[in-house]
Amino acid sequence: MDRNNRARNNVPQTNRRRFLKGGAAVAGLAAGAVQSAKAVPPESELKVKGTTKELIAYGERSRFVKSIRTPVAERDSPDAFGLMFHVNTPLADLVGSITPSSLHYLATHRGSFIPEIDPQQHRLMIHGMVDRPLIFTMDELKRFPSVTRVHFLECIGNRAKPTHKTVTETHGMTSNSEWTGVLLSTLLKECGVQNGATWIVTEGAEEIKGASSVPLGKAMDDCLIAWGMNGEPIRPQQGFPLRIIVPGFEGIFQTKYLRRIKVVDRYYMTYNDYGHINPDPKTTALGNQMGPKSVITYPSGEQQLSGPGAYEISGLAWSGAGAIRNVEVSTDGGKNWKQAELRTPAFRMAHVRFALPWRWDGKECVILSRCTDELGTIQPSRAQAAAYFNKPLTPDFRVPGADNTIQSWRIMSNGSVRNEFA
Amino acid sequence: MNLLKRNWLLVPAIVVFGIASAQAQNYGIGRTPTAEEIRAWDISISPTGKELPAGKGTAKEGEVLFKQKGCAGCHGPTGMGAAAPALVKGGPPAGQTPKGMEGMHMVPDTGIMALRSPYATTIWDYINRGMPLNKEGTLKVDEVYAITAYLLYKNDVIKQDDVMDQQSLPKVNMPNKNGFADMPEWKHGAPRLAGYP
Repeated sequence: MDRNNRARNNVPQTNRRRFLKGGAAVAGLAAGAVQSAKAVPPESELKVKGTTKELIAYGERSRFVKSIRTPVAERDSPDAFGLMFHVNTPLADLVGSITPSSLHYLATHRGSFIPEIDPQQHRLMIHGMVDRPLIFTMDELKRFPSVTRVHFLECIGNRAKPTHKTVTETHGMTSNSEWTGVLLSTLLKECGVQNGATWIVTEGAEEIKGASSVPLGKAMDDCLIAWGMNGEPIRPQQGFPLRIIVPGFEGIFQTKYLRRIKVVDRYYMTYNDYGHINPDPKTTALGNQMGPKSVITYPSGEQQLSGPGAYEISGLAWSGAGAIRNVEVSTDGGKNWKQAELRTPAFRMAHVRFALPWRWDGKECVILSRCTDELGTIQPSRAQAAAYFNKPLTPDFRVPGADNTIQSWRIMSNGSVRNEFA
Repeated sequence: MNLLKRNWLLVPAIVVFGIASAQAQNYGIGRTPTAEEIRAWDISISPTGKELPAGKGTAKEGEVLFKQKGCAGCHGPTGMGAAAPALVKGGPPAGQTPKGMEGMHMVPDTGIMALRSPYATTIWDYINRGMPLNKEGTLKVDEVYAITAYLLYKNDVIKQDDVMDQQSLPKVNMPNKNGFADMPEWKHGAPRLAGYP
């Protein structure tokens, strides 16, 4: 590009002649964006977006990209009190395996306001059954050896319902980020955990001081006290400046705005804990940690195939027990399965992107995916779950614990896609 | 095996550096909080009630406070039929909202906090840390005991004159005290539920 071209392109293109010339290409894009048999390439008459100091300093996405989070249908967010409730990640719009921080799903149990915490003032206290209770500043925490790990988070309420139309509705309460922090085991060893300790209670600094009980075995194994998310400080909605990541456990364990950890000798039955108790030991065992789970995000509910031909089936798989070893895809309702390719690294307790090139013959069909994790556990179908619990497989059968059952999408002969359970 | 290894490594460490404890600090980062700081920060209440502060309250006092402190404004004058979740049993079932009570947040009796929670300490802890909305942490100790007593009384868990304090609160005979299964011990590499498909 020569000097003149550069100068010309920096002028916002409000010139009427250029606008008219470019009109055909713009209209062509709007009409379908697939039938690109124009003599002039569409990008030959680009409009130039003006820039500002703010945009140089901090980028923003194209105005043509409109993905947003949406409240989970049961409750408005913010609600009548201004409290934040459950909000879905737009899974159908995402590629790769990392969820953009701005689109990470949100959830709180009672609902809460987003606190504005000055990291200079923030402290983490570890006390209880330890030899040396300690208080750390954020700067002090960052002096410990850090780790960076990719982990998914998922709400235990993330379950498909017959009323759900899109993959965002059926599966949008899970997201995946790269988290940076210090292993909790490093901090607990620094404090010296005493004999007889079995649980920790984590607590946030927000107005309700949300607290959850976490088994000490899990705390010492792989929990992360994180300040970083996708290369930057954790966003306020995700717990700025400090949170715990309990990899593979349900969302309510992932205490945000972390200010205190108490090492204790029993389950403390906090408000967050008591809401999740269940009389059935099997249901309890299937809660807390998420099972191996996968879902096809393309093609998925409410999307439209433009006609028979080549497509790539794509989706996400994850497990609370470790890494995903294998994902299979069926395009005939589960009669035959093909091996999908893993398109991103299969980290432990993390989303992995899978894909399978596919040629659609234009006939009505049902597509579904199932995954296997590092323990060899295979994602079950709803029928298997119902049979295990000796319940009839009706559309409103509620899978006990965390629902990790297979999601099916029906592709109609006109190319429309709908939730098979609807 | 691990223990042997650890001890073997410690022997020269003790000889060379004179380290006395097997759990010495590795990094020496952070400071020791004072006992007063720990008391001020620690609002966790165990089901045993061992952290409960001295104080007391009854349902009669709680009934007055329920209105005074604004609880009734969000949860309804009778503890139900308003925008915040119902706290008292016996309301109309969710989804069958009577006329004039639209938008209220009903909870099935099995989900009412005083009936679902296996320990009365959970209620005390939550009121103390999380209520009232926008004035969290402002209730005095006696007021938390009294409002807890009121909710327990209104759900027929205790009598109107029962005094709730450090000793009596953890001993309340909660209707759902046996209504939950313990979380199985978590082990690295173990499936959630052996035999589940």
